[in-house]
Formats: sequence, structure tokens, C-alpha cells
Amino acid sequence: MKNLLRYVITRALLTIPMLLILLTIVFVVVRVMPGDPVASMLGGHAPQSVIDQKREELGLNKPLIVQYGNYLLQISRLDFGQSMILHQSVLDAIGDKIPATIELTFFGMIITLLLGIPLGAYAADKRRSPQDYAIRLYGIVIYCIPVYWLGLILQMIFGVWMDVLPVAGRTGARVFVSTFEKTGFYTIDTLLVGDFEAFGDVMLHLVLPSVTLGLVLSGIFIRLTRANMLDVLQSDYILAAEARGIRHRRVVYKHAILNAFVPILTMMGLQVALLMAGAVLTETTFSWPGMGRLLLERIYLRDYPTIQGIIVIFALIVAFVSLIVDIIYALVDPRVRY
Amino acid sequence: MTEDTILEIKNLHVRFPIHIGTVRAVDDVSLAIRRGEVMGLVGESGCGKSTLGFSILRLLRPPGEIAAGKILYNGRDVVTMSERELLAFRGRQVSMIFQDPLTSLNPLFRVGDQFVEAIRTHEPRVKPKEAWARAEKTLQHLGIAPERLAEYPHQMSGGMRQRIMIGMGLVLHPGLLIADEPTTALDVIVEAQFLDLLNRLREQFNLTILLISHNLGIVAQMADRVTVMYGGRIVESGPALAVFDNPRHPYTQGLLASIPNIKLDQPELKTMPGAPPDLVAPPPGCVFAPRCPQVMEKCREKRPLEFNLSGMRVACWLYA
Repeated sequence: MKNLLRYVITRALLTIPMLLILLTIVFVVVRVMPGDPVASMLGGHAPQSVIDQKREELGLNKPLIVQYGNYLLQISRLDFGQSMILHQSVLDAIGDKIPATIELTFFGMIITLLLGIPLGAYAADKRRSPQDYAIRLYGIVIYCIPVYWLGLILQMIFGVWMDVLPVAGRTGARVFVSTFEKTGFYTIDTLLVGDFEAFGDVMLHLVLPSVTLGLVLSGIFIRLTRANMLDVLQSDYILAAEARGIRHRRVVYKHAILNAFVPILTMMGLQVALLMAGAVLTETTFSWPGMGRLLLERIYLRDYPTIQGIIVIFALIVAFVSLIVDIIYALVDPRVRY
Repeated sequence: MTEDTILEIKNLHVRFPIHIGTVRAVDDVSLAIRRGEVMGLVGESGCGKSTLGFSILRLLRPPGEIAAGKILYNGRDVVTMSERELLAFRGRQVSMIFQDPLTSLNPLFRVGDQFVEAIRTHEPRVKPKEAWARAEKTLQHLGIAPERLAEYPHQMSGGMRQRIMIGMGLVLHPGLLIADEPTTALDVIVEAQFLDLLNRLREQFNLTILLISHNLGIVAQMADRVTVMYGGRIVESGPALAVFDNPRHPYTQGLLASIPNIKLDQPELKTMPGAPPDLVAPPPGCVFAPRCPQVMEKCREKRPLEFNLSGMRVACWLYA
């Protein structure tokens, strides 16, 4: 356990340089983006004096290195500044939307894993059987399908033709969000106030978006799990376990899958970034009021501070998740701990 | 079958159908192991000795299959066993240890937990704690401190892991232990220690061992009887002393002659000319005929019969 603690601390400290690099990239990217933030704020016809005044207000007249220092300082205080468009702090705008995105990606990930890992393991175990080929075909096809297209098709089937699932938004019209809003996670909020009807409604609204997201990503996980399982199933300790008379199913779904899970876990950490990108598209398709839609809206409006803030938050989430993944990694695999 | 025969293999054929044909990995092999003896199974790589070992547990990797023959363990035919019977058979009646101790233990589970699983698979009523205690006792026989059960495989040395494998093979007191090249991955010193241990355990528990090895030295040191395989067939078998002192089959003779001798001043190593046979299309007569220094016309045409020579069995026309 002492080793584990040391590992976690080391790993957490290593996140700091990674974050610095991420933040630097965001800083540079936002500044080389085409378009002038001040011009877009004030419109094209503002007199030079007003423009200069605004530049000073925003600190844009200072040398880049000073701007960079201020930027890091502000972020270290979790201060992302004010939106240029609305009189709202960037943090508030993000805080409003982030639970929706986390809820969506969380359930999306669960569906991905529930589909991808068992199907991949099964395909590996039944290698070269018709089931294996069917699962692999599914994996490739689903991976190639664009998120929004799949979303539209599912909306059409389940929302329009069968009319069993809502196609947009986080709740139905009859649910008054304000009556239970505490954390912003509607699944948690509804349960906190004990409103099970509203909880059911929230869950129903989650089905299509998270299934869409989960399906698309399941392809990668099927392929990854299958490849890793094939490797592991060839190893001596699997044969040795079978030679001890341990049931095949137990050997495959306990001994082998845990070993195959280690690289999959790494992939999960990396996939979170993709999941976020997928969420941007999914949110747009399903009118899901999350970070992805917020980002898209603000890009249209050239709201630079908000764009920067959202990207930083995404980067923080990815860094945080990869930290968590590495910790789970150490919990699963004793060799990592030492 | 005599009273003291524990395992009898009768006319076993193992095939691997692959795209260019069928590999006859084991071709009409018969073999009997007596209770309490160490049977050495020797031959070069690819001669089918490991395949024979895996066949006994019906653990052939696909596409390998037993095409014909019988494997009688205490009179019961393993070849016709159901999946369920096999589960009860593997590990409990016959256990197996493998070549590479570094990869034979699951790296994610503590060694003790792997013991407990092996024990409770066959004796589900045993409580985990009792199973752990039993594993501790086994470890004492192996000269390993019982506390090490709480460790993971990567915390142990190769020799220790191989001893653990032996322990796991013996914890259920199986009737037969198959050791497939158990020391190949170990260095000579650890190998010597391991063989000492195996000898000690053998006396203590009256073990029956099928020792598969390409290392003639180990087999000479351990085995009571020796079986020599070549090209998927048995060419010679008999008491170890007789086989090593007075080999009859030209292959065995060549094999023994090619062991370097430190006492002789040899300018170069003695080798056998030629290469092992292609098991997809073996020669029509004797498989060794193409390399045999004493080859006769008959050898190229007809597969040799097995001849009995004062306790030894030799498949060679020289003794017709």
C-alpha cells in the first residue's frame, strides 16, 4: 500500500508539467486563431481610440510573455475571465453546462465498455468462427459511421417511427428543472429530492444520446479487446490455468480478461479526449445543453475567453482522467506499483 | 494393462491440419508409464514430445486434434472423456508444469490466490483459509517461506517460480506429473537445485513423473526409463541405463554421440547430418532413413516394426 501511495503521488506530480504544456498550447492556439477578438466585440466600425481602450482593458496591449504569465496566474485561481458577449463569467457559463456533458460521456462510456469488452473477449475466444467475423464486421462498420448520422437514424427510428424515446434535450417539458437543481447532474438531483418520475424522465432522455455515443466508440474497444485477448489467450499462464482444471469460461473471463484489460484501460484514458469530441457532435444532434454545444455557439460568436476556458477545462478533464486511469492501472497490475 | 501401469498410451495419432496439409505430430505412438517411476521422454525440438504431453491432458491448441488411439489413465480413456470429466481430471489426476516459469503464473494474482483457486476448483468445500494453509504447507516442502504466498509472481526469481509451479502441480496429489522441459529456462545452478528438489519430492511422495526434455543429461540423471522420439514416432525405449550405455537405434546412437565430452580432446562437435523430417510428408519407410548412417533398402520402403531386445523396444530394421 505504501508503494501504491508513492506511485500515486509521483504520478500526480507528473501531471503538472503535462498541464503546463497543455495550457501553453491552448494559449498559443487561441492567439493565432484568425480574427481579432476586439474587432469582433466592438464591430468593424469602432474608432481606434475605443479599440485601444478595449485592448488595454483586456490586457491585449501587453507583451505576449506578460499575457502568458497573467493567463497562467488566472487559471491557477480558476478565473477564466468574463465572456465578451454576455455579462457572465466564463466559469459560470461552463459550470452550467459541464454536468450535462459529464452525464452524457459517463453513460456513453458505460455503454461502450459494456458492449466493447464482452464482445471483444467473446470474439477472441471464438476466433475465426462466424460469431467472430460478425462481431469484427460490426466493429469496423460502427467505427466508420459518423456520430451525427447514427444519431439522426436512431432519432428517426426510436423517436419518430416508434415514438418511444425523446429525441432532444435533457428533460421533458413537464419536469421543472429549477425545483431540483442542486448539482446540475439531473440524475443525481432528481434522486436527491426523491422525484422518481423526474428521474425516469431524465434517464429516458439520456438513452438516445448516450447510446449513439457509446455505439460509435464501441467499435474501437471491440477491436482493441479482441486483439489483446488473442495475445493473452496464447500465454502460458492461461494454458497452465486450464491444465489445473479451471473451467474455460472462468479462465477466459477472469484470468485472461483482467490481463487484457490493462492496455484497454490506457486506451480508455486516451479515448476520453475522443469522447469529448464525440460529445460535441452528439450534443449538437440531440440539442443537449452541454459543453460541446456551448463551445460551438461561442465559436460562432467569437467569444474568445469562453472558447479558451472551455478548451482549458477539456484539457483539465483529459489530464485528470488519465491520472485516474493510471491509478486504476496500478491497482489492477501489481507490477506497475513497484 | 498390468497392475502397476498408471498411464498407457495406445497407438496415438495427433494431427494438425494446416493449409499445406496435415502435420502428423504424433504418429502411432504407444507408451506405458508405471506407478512410481520417472519416464524420460527425449528427442529434438519438433519431434512431438510436447504434443504428446499436451495430448494426455487433452490440451492441444487448435487445430491440433487426437485423430486416433487411446490414452488410458488407470484404465479410463482420456480421449473419450467429456468436457466435465476432463475438468475433474486435469490438475487432480494429472498435472503439468511448463517450460517457462516466468510466464506460467498469472502476473495479476498473488501466488497464494492462485494456489487457493487450484485447490478450490477441485475441492469447492474447502474454505479459502484452509486452502491457503495447505498452500503454506506445500511451500515448506519446496523450501520457500510461507509468507511469500502473499507476493505477486514478479517479486520472485525464476527458480522460485518454477518451484511454485511444481508446488501447484503437487498440491492436489495427482497420480502423474508431466514436466515439460521444466529446467530449460533456468540457469545451470538453479537447474541443479531444481532437480535435487524434484528428486526429493519424488521419494517423499512416491511421484510418477513424465519428464519431457531435449537435455539428455537431465534425463540420465532423473529417469528410470527412457523413451526416444523422432519425427513423431518412438524409435527406442527401455531402462535408462540400458538406453544410455548401449543404445540400439542409430538415431539414439547419433544423439548420444553428439553430446560434447569435456574429457575428450574433440577438435569439433560431432553432429548428425541432415535435418528433421517434414511431418506433413514424412518418408514412406523409417522416418530416420534419410539421415541414417546404416540405412538399408528396406528402411526406405517399409516402416520398421518394433523389436524386443532384452527389455528394450527398438523400431529399426537392423534388429529384424
